[in-house]
Amino acid sequence: MKKIKLVIGVIGADVHAVGNRILDYAFTQAGFSVVNLGVMVSQKEFIDAAIESDADAIVVSSLYGHGEIDCRGLREKCDEAGLNGIKLYVGGNITVGKSDFSIVKETFTKMGYDRVYEPGTSPNLSILDFKLDFGLITDDEYQEGLKDEDING
Amino acid sequence: MKILTADFGSTFTKLTAIDTNTATILGTSKSFTTISSDVTIGFNKALDILNNSIGSIKYDKILASSSAAGGLKMVSVGLVPDLTAKASRLAANSAGAKVIKTFSYELSKLETDEIQSINPDIILLTGGIDGGNQKVILHNANAISKLKGNFLVVYAGNKSALEEAESIFKKNNIEFECCANVMPEFNKLNIEPAKKAIRNLFIKNIISAKGLDKVQAFVHAEIVPTPLALFNASLLLSKGTKKQKGLGDLMVFDVGGATTDVYSMCDGTPNTSNTFLQGLREPFAKRSVEGDIGMRYSLSPLVTTASPDDIADVCGYTSTDILNWVDKCTKNPETVPTNEMEKIIDFTISKFAIEISADRHCGTSTKSFTPMGEVNIQFGKDLTAVTALIGTGGPVINSPYPKETLKSSCYSLKNLNSLRPTNPDLYLDEKYIFSSMGLLSVSHPDVALKIMINEFIKY
Ligand code: B12
Repeated sequence: MKKIKLVIGVIGADVHAVGNRILDYAFTQAGFSVVNLGVMVSQKEFIDAAIESDADAIVVSSLYGHGEIDCRGLREKCDEAGLNGIKLYVGGNITVGKSDFSIVKETFTKMGYDRVYEPGTSPNLSILDFKLDFGLITDDEYQEGLKDEDING
Repeated sequence: MKILTADFGSTFTKLTAIDTNTATILGTSKSFTTISSDVTIGFNKALDILNNSIGSIKYDKILASSSAAGGLKMVSVGLVPDLTAKASRLAANSAGAKVIKTFSYELSKLETDEIQSINPDIILLTGGIDGGNQKVILHNANAISKLKGNFLVVYAGNKSALEEAESIFKKNNIEFECCANVMPEFNKLNIEPAKKAIRNLFIKNIISAKGLDKVQAFVHAEIVPTPLALFNASLLLSKGTKKQKGLGDLMVFDVGGATTDVYSMCDGTPNTSNTFLQGLREPFAKRSVEGDIGMRYSLSPLVTTASPDDIADVCGYTSTDILNWVDKCTKNPETVPTNEMEKIIDFTISKFAIEISADRHCGTSTKSFTPMGEVNIQFGKDLTAVTALIGTGGPVINSPYPKETLKSSCYSLKNLNSLRPTNPDLYLDEKYIFSSMGLLSVSHPDVALKIMINEFIKY
């Protein structure tokens, strides 16, 4: 079966490199094909890489608190570039401090992100979500997976 | 061993006689290239001139390069401008081609019409990393197959679309060659296979199509596109051989009537701390060709780019004087400056030619402010630490002040972001032997290196 292709990277002027490497490892282990752009990645680089690799999703990390500014407009640029319907995922520490996450989630959802992750989210949860989104597992398998203790920390 | 090299240029056929035992140049000569009638006429004329000056010699080997009949004219096609399209251009340039234009995304009707009118010898088709996008390269394979003309295709794109592309070409009777992807993985360049495929097609088809088979019949190795000979000579001069050290990181400027070619042999990674390299990692050995920067056929676009007012400011004449000179040279590309004013104007424009083409070849560094403080973002190659700069081509060699001409390629306050060499040693290929040494380097690298180091004049 064709592997699902993810383009991953840390957006903006953000240099936090450790989480990015862990995600690369985790997603690859989980059976995804990963194009890792590393840190300090611009929106244009995400889009260029997604076009050339024919990616199924763009996974954006933002750790340093400026996620909202950096992530704004990515969906519109994807539409413009012909990447219609590509999945956009975002996580890390996407805003400053510990603001109410439901508001943050709403903001990013409005910006066109399909899934928005809270600080401290385990990569395993996102892997389960991606598999569900791409029809690799059933709802029941998903519910079963959620009980896994790795996910609840 | 006595070796004769011949370079069939667009205007002149240049001969160089070499003694490999003593590592010396025995003599050089030139005569007009006669490609439109019989290319051997010009060759024999030049040989007579050479024989008259050094006596007739029995040569053990004759080698040839050519940029006659328009050189190796190419068009390259990729997907994203900063990724495979850029990679395709780098690959074609490194093969010694004159890349007229690079296209990206799905070719439109307007663009295929444009390719038709360019009438290239070879089209390099790329797009998609391996396993990546197939739709665009297949669309473009179909679009190219509808073109008329005697062009050849090199397919160096997504391997997953290769079979289907092959059947498109076969169905349409397109002569093609396939090779590994110029970008198999994201941001990873792999230009050697495409370079080799282009070379194969050049040998198989283009030499005879350009009327060079009469030359091929009496020379002892396959004819090489002149820029490829220069490329090989530059690489040798930089890296040296097992026995002899080269000059290290270097750049070469070859200013001509129609184009200006720039070569850099240098890793180009950041030289300053706190610098992040972004975009495509360019190769150690890079060639760029500026089709709109030349001292005769491309003088008009060059002067427009440089701005006649700026040229006037530097040389002390008026912009009307500059434009009159452009007119004169455009009407007759054989024009040589005859009075003081023309000499100074021509000299000043050549400095702009070098400066503009250096700007386009070298990378850039811009400051960016992050929560962590100031960082530099680098695109392309950092060539600030290049230690040697070599000038070749008529306008540089015959410049009244070659050193000044060459120096205009260096780092300047005018464009702080451009990562041009800061303080290199300057050399001049005074005898015009660079491409000859590239030909010689294949069989006699040590001799070629020794001759270059001896013959290039250091300022
Ligand atoms: C090490 C570190 C640095 C190092 C980074 C070195 C490097 N090159 O990697 C340095 C010193 C350079 C640094 C600098 C800064 N840092 Co810092 N840094 C940290 C620190 C201590 C650890 C980061 C780390 O490596 N964690 C380990 C990895 C494994 O975890 P992670 O990065 O969070 O990634 C995981 C998850 O977030 C998640 N994840 C990430 N992306 C995504 C995406 C998706 C879709 C999903 C599902 C999950 C997911 O999965 C990852 C793997 O498990 C954190 C605090 C902390 N304990 O987290 C602060 C922290 C991230 N830094 C912070 C700040 C503010 C900064 C600076 C702005 C400080 C400054 N003024 O100098 C600068 C910014 C520099 C820049 N331009 O990016 C803040 C961010 C605050 C916020 N967002 O509200 C933190 C949280 C510290 C704090 N509590 O204040 N930092």
